[in-house]
Amino acid sequence: MYKVYLEVIRIRFLMMLAYRVNYYSGIIIYSLNIGVYYFLWMAIYGNKGTLQGMTVMQMATYIAVSWMSRAFYFNNLDREIAQEIRDGTVAVQLIRPYHYLLVKAFQGLGEGLFRLFLFSVPGMIVVSFIFPIDLPGVSPVWAKFALSLLLGFIVNVEVNLLTGVLAFFILNNQGLIWAKRVIVDLLSGLTIPIVFYPDWMQKVLEFLPFQAISYLPSTVLVKGLAGSDFVHAILIQAVWCVLLWIPIQLIWLKARKTLIVQGG
Amino acid sequence: MFHLHLFIEYFKQYIKTRMAYRWDFVTQFIMNFFYQGINLIFILVVFQHTSSLGGWNRYEVIFIYGYFLIPWAVFSAFFNLWDFNDRYVIKGELDRVLTRPVYSLVQVIMETMTPESLVGGLTGLVVMGYAAWKLDLSWDLIDILLLFLFTLGSVMIYGGIYIALTSISLYSDSKSDIQPIIYNIGNYGRYPVNIYHRVIQFALTWVLPFAFVGFYPASYLLDHDHWKWYAFLTPLVGILYLGFGLMCWNRGIRHYRGAGN
Repeated sequence: MYKVYLEVIRIRFLMMLAYRVNYYSGIIIYSLNIGVYYFLWMAIYGNKGTLQGMTVMQMATYIAVSWMSRAFYFNNLDREIAQEIRDGTVAVQLIRPYHYLLVKAFQGLGEGLFRLFLFSVPGMIVVSFIFPIDLPGVSPVWAKFALSLLLGFIVNVEVNLLTGVLAFFILNNQGLIWAKRVIVDLLSGLTIPIVFYPDWMQKVLEFLPFQAISYLPSTVLVKGLAGSDFVHAILIQAVWCVLLWIPIQLIWLKARKTLIVQGG
Repeated sequence: MFHLHLFIEYFKQYIKTRMAYRWDFVTQFIMNFFYQGINLIFILVVFQHTSSLGGWNRYEVIFIYGYFLIPWAVFSAFFNLWDFNDRYVIKGELDRVLTRPVYSLVQVIMETMTPESLVGGLTGLVVMGYAAWKLDLSWDLIDILLLFLFTLGSVMIYGGIYIALTSISLYSDSKSDIQPIIYNIGNYGRYPVNIYHRVIQFALTWVLPFAFVGFYPASYLLDHDHWKWYAFLTPLVGILYLGFGLMCWNRGIRHYRGAGN
């Protein structure tokens, strides 16, 4: 059975390869975003060496790492699902002998792996030439980061699946998809690391899944989290991976029964 | 007069099509506010940890952001050339436009306008007004006239740059991703440009003059005389870039061969 999903990853990877021109511009766009946030944060630091327990160098690295991680975990699964529901192709998907949502998730993984190798890694090299950042050399930290990044990816996929399957009930969920994207960018720690939020906001964010997407993986790498801090971060991510699957599965079961194919 | 009449007719049609999906219309409205709010959150959170951003205090940065929203709103209400390549070149809609006795760009603009985006300008005014009130800025008639003139200049800069970029589609029907890249560069203009590296400052002033769609004009309205001459250049740069954009468009139209469908 798992072979089917491996094939899904492979096909999506090849599909991305066919449209690779998008990636050159993608690297430029991400570098531009890293640039604007780099200069903003440097101006915020001014001549203060450390803010909220992060040094200037850690902040610069955090910006680069979190944006390049986004290239890996970001996907449009929610939009794809909504689209397939709207144009009726979901009906065909449902009669095929696989779990529709799992296939979507693995398509996301194929896309993510493509971007990781052809976008994030070269992008990171480019960025490290332009901005003074400090990445660990050959070190077990990278393995920790990889694990954390993968869990962050899963949480993001689940958030996307959840937004997507809501299209079964809200037929035009463009607004929702858009709002979700903006919220994830803001609250996941991509633009503002969670420690910079006011205390009350940090407390709220602790109970939301978004920090597991960007803040925790980036912190694992940038601060080189070890011991119980690392285990704690991974546990939070793992718990969200499990917790988010419950509403998805429930909505999915209900949705299959109430599906109305619009003009299939 | 003729163009005004045409505009009103197009506008009526537009309202009819939008009102068919009222709920969609309303959500887009809310989303617009929401998105601008998000950027304000960034500024507010950041200023909890510092008292100045390159010498600008919290309300000054908010003021600059408020100004930035106004030309952007006007521009995005009337220039929606994002899917021009797909809609007009590949699907061949431009052939229809070219057979009609009105300037092609005017037709394209009227067919793709989204006047509801103007609401963003209102948001900008509110944000700016709030910051001005906190900063205790005194405004007289000349400032309001200048605001109007600067806005016009900034819109022309946006217009010129994006019309020039859109004209590329008239030469080649393959998709290019240059517009999103330029959009992301445009976002540099909403913060004080003196925080950027000198090379970037130069590029934002003389190459892709996005410093003129936010920072320079706003800094003058904030009574910072340091960038005064840049602020006054805004309308001039606007005319220059719009002229360049129109030139590209006209040449492109002459060159246009159709996608062959």
